Amino acid sequence: MTTEVDSASEVKKESDQLGADTAKENPKETAENQQNQSSEPSPMAESQSSPRRRQKREKDSSEGRGISRFIPPWLKKQKSYNLVVAKDGGDKKEPSDAVVEEQILDKEESLPEEERQAKGDAEETAQRKQQEIKVAVKEERPSVSSAETQPVEVKKERNEEKVKEIAEDKSEEAAKRETKEVQTNELKAEKISQKTIKKTKTVQCKVILLDGTEYSCDLEKRAKGQVLFDKVCEHLNLLEKDYFGLLFQESSEQKNWLDSAKEIKRQLRNLPWLFTFNVKFYPPDPSQLTEDITRYFLCLQLRQDIASGRLPCSFVTHALLGSYTLQAELGDYDPEEHGDNDLSDFQFSPTQTKELEEKVIELHKTHRGLSPAQADSQFLENAKRLSMYGVDLHHAKDSEGVDIKLGVCANGLLIYKDRLRINRFAWPKILKISYKRSNFYIKVRPAELDQFESTIGFKLPSHRAAKRLWKVCVEHHTFYRLVSPEQPPKAKFLTLGSKFRYSGRTQAQTRQASTLIDRPAPHFERTSSKRASRTLDGDTVGVVDESLMKDRPGPGGQVSAYGPGVVSIAIIQDGDGRRDARIPTKGPQVQLIEGKRKGDHLFKDVLSMKEKYLMASSRTVEEKAQEADKSLEEEITSILFSENGFSANLKATFTSATTWTAEGTVVNYNVPEKLSSWPSSQSSEKRAPESEGPYTGASDAVKSSHETLNIVEEKKQAEVGKDERVIPEEMNGKEISPGSGPGETRKVEPLTQKDSTSLSSESSSSSSESEDEDVGEYRPHHHVTEGTIKEEQEEYEKEVDEEPGQAAKVVEREETVPEASLVKQAGASVTTVDTVIQENVVTLKIPAEKSINEGVVKQDMREETEDEQHKVNGEVSHVDIDVLPQIICCSEPPVVKTEMVTISDASQRTEISTKEVPIVQTETKTITYESPQIDGGAGGDSGTLLTAQTITSESVSTTTTTHITKTVKGGISETRIEKRIVISGDADIDHDEALAQAIREAREQHPDMSVTRVVVHKETKMEEGDE
Amino acid sequence: MGTPGEGLGRCSHALIRGVPESLASGEGAGAGLPTLDLAKAQREHGVLGGKLRQRLGLQLLELPPEESLPLGPLLGDIAVIQGDTALITRPWSPARRPEVDGVRKALQDLGLRIVEMGDESATLDGTDVLFTGREFFVGLSKWTNHRGAEFVADTFRDFAVSTVPVSGPSHLRSLCGMGGPRTVVAGSSEAAQKAVRAMAMLTDHPYASLTLPDDAAADCLFLRPGLPGVPPFLLHRGGGDLPNSQEALQKLSDVTLVPVSCSELEKAGAGLSSLCLVLSTRPHS
Repeated sequence: MTTEVDSASEVKKESDQLGADTAKENPKETAENQQNQSSEPSPMAESQSSPRRRQKREKDSSEGRGISRFIPPWLKKQKSYNLVVAKDGGDKKEPSDAVVEEQILDKEESLPEEERQAKGDAEETAQRKQQEIKVAVKEERPSVSSAETQPVEVKKERNEEKVKEIAEDKSEEAAKRETKEVQTNELKAEKISQKTIKKTKTVQCKVILLDGTEYSCDLEKRAKGQVLFDKVCEHLNLLEKDYFGLLFQESSEQKNWLDSAKEIKRQLRNLPWLFTFNVKFYPPDPSQLTEDITRYFLCLQLRQDIASGRLPCSFVTHALLGSYTLQAELGDYDPEEHGDNDLSDFQFSPTQTKELEEKVIELHKTHRGLSPAQADSQFLENAKRLSMYGVDLHHAKDSEGVDIKLGVCANGLLIYKDRLRINRFAWPKILKISYKRSNFYIKVRPAELDQFESTIGFKLPSHRAAKRLWKVCVEHHTFYRLVSPEQPPKAKFLTLGSKFRYSGRTQAQTRQASTLIDRPAPHFERTSSKRASRTLDGDTVGVVDESLMKDRPGPGGQVSAYGPGVVSIAIIQDGDGRRDARIPTKGPQVQLIEGKRKGDHLFKDVLSMKEKYLMASSRTVEEKAQEADKSLEEEITSILFSENGFSANLKATFTSATTWTAEGTVVNYNVPEKLSSWPSSQSSEKRAPESEGPYTGASDAVKSSHETLNIVEEKKQAEVGKDERVIPEEMNGKEISPGSGPGETRKVEPLTQKDSTSLSSESSSSSSESEDEDVGEYRPHHHVTEGTIKEEQEEYEKEVDEEPGQAAKVVEREETVPEASLVKQAGASVTTVDTVIQENVVTLKIPAEKSINEGVVKQDMREETEDEQHKVNGEVSHVDIDVLPQIICCSEPPVVKTEMVTISDASQRTEISTKEVPIVQTETKTITYESPQIDGGAGGDSGTLLTAQTITSESVSTTTTTHITKTVKGGISETRIEKRIVISGDADIDHDEALAQAIREAREQHPDMSVTRVVVHKETKMEEGDE
Repeated sequence: MGTPGEGLGRCSHALIRGVPESLASGEGAGAGLPTLDLAKAQREHGVLGGKLRQRLGLQLLELPPEESLPLGPLLGDIAVIQGDTALITRPWSPARRPEVDGVRKALQDLGLRIVEMGDESATLDGTDVLFTGREFFVGLSKWTNHRGAEFVADTFRDFAVSTVPVSGPSHLRSLCGMGGPRTVVAGSSEAAQKAVRAMAMLTDHPYASLTLPDDAAADCLFLRPGLPGVPPFLLHRGGGDLPNSQEALQKLSDVTLVPVSCSELEKAGAGLSSLCLVLSTRPHS
């Protein structure tokens, strides 16, 4: 069924074909993979040839995508990753090329670095991981790790060869390539090893750990923060490390977080290499941490916080927490052993009194029988409820010069005056965070009755303080609110501002990864910082080894080929995105852990289906757990929705969202209008006179749409997550964040929806890398684009670009693509009804500033005026995506080789089927009924958007997507509700009846509004689809 | 500390103070108040005490009335109690400050930790403080200033203490109250709605809110006298006082509604939250 197709869908069709090809090739490839992985064969040949093929292929097709079918799945993943790595060479246009190169270089590095891995330096990025696997396959004995020189050399030779080959290829193909890397390649192996020697300057670092002990290690001078952080975590045997970070003292007043993506040296400037290891993101619910050891470190941090007064608590709480500390560290109370005296070793509060100690002892006696881990858990359960738990305070002055404090926390920004909270901006309320010189600004959504968003400024003590606050905000927002990190803004020529973005894992990601932790609970010793000065020995063998190795910065050839020297190679070669090779040296378990710990996505193909499901289900469990915690928010939301006539089903859909909302904590103190949503009340009563709020009916919904909108966003995210479709996004987001421009990514991952994000952040991008940016902007909005298809996104972008003035203002982009979102291709026919209900005049053109609206409207117009075909495509392909489980960002050790085959197969098929759209022959018909007044809207100038809201609900045979937008134009406010109802089902559904019903319902739901347009789009299946 | 919100309403004792004759005469701080029927006021007060003791099973302590303290029965303004700690306030009205002595003594005798407000610049009326079980809101009203609110924050450090601007002559508690651990009830006046919106913005916790037609109906007490398995009580103004709000109050499930009347005492500015102090002598067990 093909008729007219607009450009977007054309592109898609093309890729469809490619996809189909891929499908055919898939089995073959699978076989290859199997060979490759199941055991040793000659992976060399394999990996050599495949790059070449790829490159050739690339000539024909500029779009990297078609190539993918030649690439074994693992490589394919790497492709996107490499772009990241190649950030420095802004020009990289040939992903596959880059891949090849990277890979080889990696191999080079990886050899000697095996040791490092053992030590736990870790920058285990997904790429690395893949690297590991590869190497392992090659050597056919991953365990070879430690002092084996032989295999290393062999490998090296091979690598040399490869490098040469590629260099050739490149000279033909990769003209645009970034020079640094190319050169490096051409240097060939010998030179590289020379460099190794040259670059092995190391610096000694000291890190004060949470238990007060000191960890020191030697670091290559140009090492990035991540290297040190990973080393420390390895030393601590800590897997759930995303909650932690390293601080360095910039001045007596200021401490800064070490940015793991940047070189340590550049951040420290001339400061000593001295750090403290601290909790950076306090888990809102510590019980959800997977490992006791993580909780233990959190406890240590909190004890510090309490003793220092950063975390204020009452006398009773001091005593209670102190008693749990005693229980955890001393065990059950023993009157003989625990006389009154030894408590002076502990500090339970900033000012410790005898009275407090007595109370502590008294409570300690009541904890008899609690294990240390249980005591820690109890400690955390109580500590997490303290109001200042996890609040990072910054001194500032408000616009009137009054001293206040800004507290950054999981939920948003808190404003304190003295000890009193005087204001609060939840993340969903904040549209933009920026700083300029020593001023820090937040732009917040308009309050309910306001028209305009307001910007609130604060004066920080210094420029650096402002920047630090800004960064902390960006990081917290990303960590707690987003599913995956946003990519840094595209570097634009001649723009200013910080490009900084949080590049670590988000809470969602780290939790997900944690569910995979599968090691016996590590043994660790609980010691109070004040009492024990533990030595570093006896901890990790790796540490010891490391220091030994460090002393011998030999070239890669001897034992210390594994030594640190290698690191420098990596740096040289990769420029920015250096990844440390990590080769399994510690035996399978270590690998396993690593796989889980980091990027894993490269490995995602490796995951067996079973595991996928496992993960899915574990997630569900989590969700369930949190459901208990479910806030009113959900209830309100759903009721609000149902008030608007959505099916009750909705709620079911939304429950899953709890995962994110529970912690993300949109505060949902519901405002009175929502009272109606009071759970125990019946909806009929809601509007009973005595409980009537100031607003009624639909306007109610609109009024609260700020919050609601966000809720919806979150929910969507969660849903997507559940579909596991989000995963590619996540990975992308994450990997890309270190560096590559978003544009490149787009090419590589056409299905990536996250890309749209870049749009909104573009205006704040900067080409300046320096630490001294004067300004920075961050628009803390996640862009949930469920089911948005890449081509469409690009279209949007263009639209926005055409209006540069406005584009700069784009605050939030929500690309809601109704036809793609929730259409269930259930039966033989699909009927789409667009009902537009309006109050006053409809403006079809709405300022780009709120492109939620724009998206909707434009799309709408396009649909009406243009191709139906496109729509059909969109739907179908999307459904396919929906259905297919894509993977998760967790990897498994190479042990799973056979499964790897299976999966890669599966995941490939995913893409294929995505493309094989026209399975169903359909007849499409579109009828538009429109009341005359609507026309005015199209050309009319845009009003100010007040609120916009998108709601989706689903029932057995219908899917309803509703956009409610409220705009103000010339003093007249108008509310426009646009409903898309998709009725799907086979013959037993009377579509006409259903349609009539839908329109009737729409009328009933909004009696005070008029239906201005009805678009009926009907597709009827004509015959069985042929495959 | 228990589960969030669990602390709300836990009580074993209630403290009230008898109605002096001077209340009816409009003396003291009650200047400008309409004259009231002393007998009726005393009757209401007696019924309240009876309900607290018999219906809710609380240990009732009644301080004797003092003629020099006409507003003495409104002892909810005199202390803020949470857990084992009582903050003795510094009421806005200088005439009322002597009221603290008797209350302090009684609370001390009950074993509470007493915290005083030493600052001469601070004013705080206890009924400007709303404890939700998870956090405090302090109304910045005609009666309570920022410095006074700070004392609440300093005293109850475990909890977030947010300030809520309250316009007009009201106390925060005369506009809103707790209908359950997760439910804020509020009147429908502009001032009440404004306060609730402010609270909604300031909080980290999700609450439901129930709007009642009468502001005074929102001044209710959620009480959990402690026996496990027994649903908590909501002491609220009955249908005789506020007929319009009764239906809405029925929506509060999970609580046993205990209506009381204090329409006469209300004329002197009293509400349920000001007429009694409830506390638990074993808050942490």
